Amino acid sequence: MATEAGLTAKDFKTDVHIDWCPGCGDFAIVTALQMALAELGVPNHKVAVISGVGCSAKTPHYLKSFGAHTIHGRLLPYAIGIKLANPELTVIGTAGDGDGLGIGAGHFVNAGRRNVDLTYLLFNNGVYGLTKGQASPTLKLGAKPKSLPSPNINEGVNPIWLAVASGYTWIGRSYAFDVKHLKDMIVRAVRHKGLAFLDILQPCPTYNDLNTKDWYAAKDARADGGGPAGARLYRLDEAGHDPVVHTLEAQEGRMLRAMELGAQWGERIPLGVFYENPLVPTFEERIALRNPAYRGPAPSDQVLAGADGRTNVAFDEILAALRV
Amino acid sequence: MPSNSPAMPPTKLSWIVGGAQGSGVDTSATTFGRACAHAGLEVLGKREFYSNIKGRHSYYHVMVSPSPVLSHEEHANLLVALDAESTMRHARDVEPGGAIIYNPAHAGVDPQEIPTLEPRIAALLAGYCKANGEEATLSGLVKVESARGVLPVPLPFEDLLNEIAPKVGSAYGSQISRVANTVAVGATLALIGLPPEHLDRSLGEVFGKRPKLLEMNALGAAAGFLAARPFAARFPQKLAAQPPRCPRLFLTGNQAVALGKIAGGCRFQTYYPITPASDESEFLEARDSIPLKGGGRQALVVVQTEDEIAAVTMASGAALAGARAATSTSGPGFSLMMEGLGWAGINEVPLVVTLYQRSGPSTGMPTRSEQGDLMFALHAGHGTFPRLIVASGDIEELIEDGAWTLDLAERYQTPVIHLVDKALAVSSGTVPLPDLDAVTIDRGALILKNHGAGPAYPFPRFQVTESGISPRPVFGLEGHIFYVTGDESDEVGHITEDPLVRDLMVEKRRRKLETAAREIPERLKARSFGRKDPGLLLVGWGSSKGAILEALSTLESRGLSVGFLQLRLLEPFPVSLVRDALARAATFAVVEANESGQLADLIAMRTGLLAPHRLVKTNGRPIVPAEVADHAERILEGKARPREVMTLGN
Repeated sequence: MATEAGLTAKDFKTDVHIDWCPGCGDFAIVTALQMALAELGVPNHKVAVISGVGCSAKTPHYLKSFGAHTIHGRLLPYAIGIKLANPELTVIGTAGDGDGLGIGAGHFVNAGRRNVDLTYLLFNNGVYGLTKGQASPTLKLGAKPKSLPSPNINEGVNPIWLAVASGYTWIGRSYAFDVKHLKDMIVRAVRHKGLAFLDILQPCPTYNDLNTKDWYAAKDARADGGGPAGARLYRLDEAGHDPVVHTLEAQEGRMLRAMELGAQWGERIPLGVFYENPLVPTFEERIALRNPAYRGPAPSDQVLAGADGRTNVAFDEILAALRV
Repeated sequence: MPSNSPAMPPTKLSWIVGGAQGSGVDTSATTFGRACAHAGLEVLGKREFYSNIKGRHSYYHVMVSPSPVLSHEEHANLLVALDAESTMRHARDVEPGGAIIYNPAHAGVDPQEIPTLEPRIAALLAGYCKANGEEATLSGLVKVESARGVLPVPLPFEDLLNEIAPKVGSAYGSQISRVANTVAVGATLALIGLPPEHLDRSLGEVFGKRPKLLEMNALGAAAGFLAARPFAARFPQKLAAQPPRCPRLFLTGNQAVALGKIAGGCRFQTYYPITPASDESEFLEARDSIPLKGGGRQALVVVQTEDEIAAVTMASGAALAGARAATSTSGPGFSLMMEGLGWAGINEVPLVVTLYQRSGPSTGMPTRSEQGDLMFALHAGHGTFPRLIVASGDIEELIEDGAWTLDLAERYQTPVIHLVDKALAVSSGTVPLPDLDAVTIDRGALILKNHGAGPAYPFPRFQVTESGISPRPVFGLEGHIFYVTGDESDEVGHITEDPLVRDLMVEKRRRKLETAAREIPERLKARSFGRKDPGLLLVGWGSSKGAILEALSTLESRGLSVGFLQLRLLEPFPVSLVRDALARAATFAVVEANESGQLADLIAMRTGLLAPHRLVKTNGRPIVPAEVADHAERILEGKARPREVMTLGN
């Protein structure tokens, strides 16, 4: 279905062969992303999708937009560099849980301090897929998916908590196989002015036999007679949660509530927006406040030389203090 | 044998100011250096300090001369000791005919009581005093030096400061001790015969925005000047003011790089704090609103990142979007950048990495110098990818290279590593005002505007071409969508493991360096000094340039047949140029501040010519002319071993 801008998900498809495993949740994420971009109505050339290394990192190749498939764990600084050099671009990061919260955890935390206006999608499946199923940073202590020889010896990190603690100003969660919800959440994340974090629960059919499609649907409960009734996943908006920080005074309370909801796992897993804070200035705004010239042509658009090829800098002011 | 007769007036003054870190050593070197510059003289200073904020010994060595100064030297004519430790450490470096300005209140200090003086040096000083029949105290040491023909100038700092304290008001009286450094500079001017107004002018520049500090320092300078004047007649080494030989700048090496980058169009710089690189980024950050010809301003975005991995990757991101981007670091940070550097290499991202070398490995001696990262820069990153390596020899070249490396990065679409070292980064001095207006900017095959007939998809960003250089649109440009990946890729940037495409891409990237080697002018590859067919050719790179040039003059004045080849472009290596130069020399020696002789190894790798002599240095202190000249002479006499270690420095 075409959107107001006349775009459809098809406009963001490429003919590159997608080589994920059959049944992988990533297919649905790419589809939702294509639908979201169409709905957002951003021209293809104004979108840059940045990834690290891993299964999730192949995503940019499957989207008709600028794509940077970078190095393991480092997609955030690449994305920030692109966005700061050209703030007109819609910049979306697609990270894996090992990529983003293991090797890239330092960047994940520090990006929160800056609040650059970009979107960070975490493909969260609990394992390192491309290297054959080792435990990822989100896998719980004691969990033993089939790919592990013995139960996980590390505790899992809570992505929602980490995002709150690091200063992300939009924090949400969705589920790969609920494409409509995922598409809506991506749209909201991109529209948020500031750093948006979307935790996408994504079954890995090859290595994670614990958090499967059936597990999320609570089919395990029916099999053994106990456990949760119905699906584990529920919607925060339907439960009446208001994630928005309306005044700075309310900020701390909203953060604590988001963490409280983020603690839920197992029988009840919340989806939706945990936290949304439109009051924090973006890094771009902070730069412009300090340096009003940043409101002019961005570094990507600056003319550096005159018609004669010579530098266009007027040096008198810069040299004044250095002259003797 | 030490001589008691005063030396001839120097053609240049070698001045050392030493004191505890945080006591204003740097400020006094700046006020003194600028005062001399205002007197029309030429200045070159070097700074030595410990990795410490307050308390450890630091000193500034400033050379002043009527004509340009190329290098500092080991000896001093005038030592200004703000504390007892500085007298202890440097008194023996003062030449007969020179002077020591010291604080007589420190007369009874025993070197072994100074906790920051290494026991080895304290014991050596005690032995030195006793061997010369004096007690092992500061006053004993001064007496020994006095007997050697060095003039002691006791300056009663506390008394002088107490006299001026009432004049600045009680609110500032307690801060008056902070002015001791300027008292010492005032005293210096009295001894060397420069009128005090030059100092007043430089104090105005340094303290002008803080009137009370300016007043206090001006009073201090006057007090020091008057107190030292009675000694002036016994200090023969005078400097006279002269008209400046040309319009000049007074700046540090770090500032020179920053200035070059501004001129060259760098508008995105990332850094993580590290000695001795950060000063460059801080200079840029303080000037991030760039004034333009014809009015208006342009933003220069400077980002302090969470680590050097973020620094190199964020700058690469900015470059993909079309900004001229750079990052600055030192060895430990560069070690962290490896994976990002390789990514920039395979994706042909124009990126300048300014690598300020310091003593390694690991933390090494973080505030001391070394030229130890040449081979590291050459091989940085796994696998192979083209990179250019440029090394600057002096402050003027830092400005030029700061700008030019940005052109190289965009013309050849690959990382450029600009090698600087700590010695050069923190040196400061006068240089002729560079013609920055003439700096040209060549962005190579960059495509900034969509001139095409219509959107095409996908764009062959990595098109295989004869020169190896492909058309380079930026992220965000309509009709030019492409991909970049750390995997090997096809022409549009999608992953490939096709053996044929792999070979095409490797060869294409390789050709860029061949193109660069053809296009870069000789002057920027290497510079040649002295005889072209010498008995001994000295070969060097980086900050040792000045010391080697001074050594060259010394050797020539001794009637020896010598030449000097300074390499500026180390990758792609100027093979034929170097081979020809070496072939014309009877023998050659490679002079560099590292353990193994890395340039010597590189020359062997690229030309097949094995250096008969390597003069190396690893003690963290810059190479000085005397040690180069002495070793060169021994080589010519046939008395040198294949590898000699230079050891001067304090």
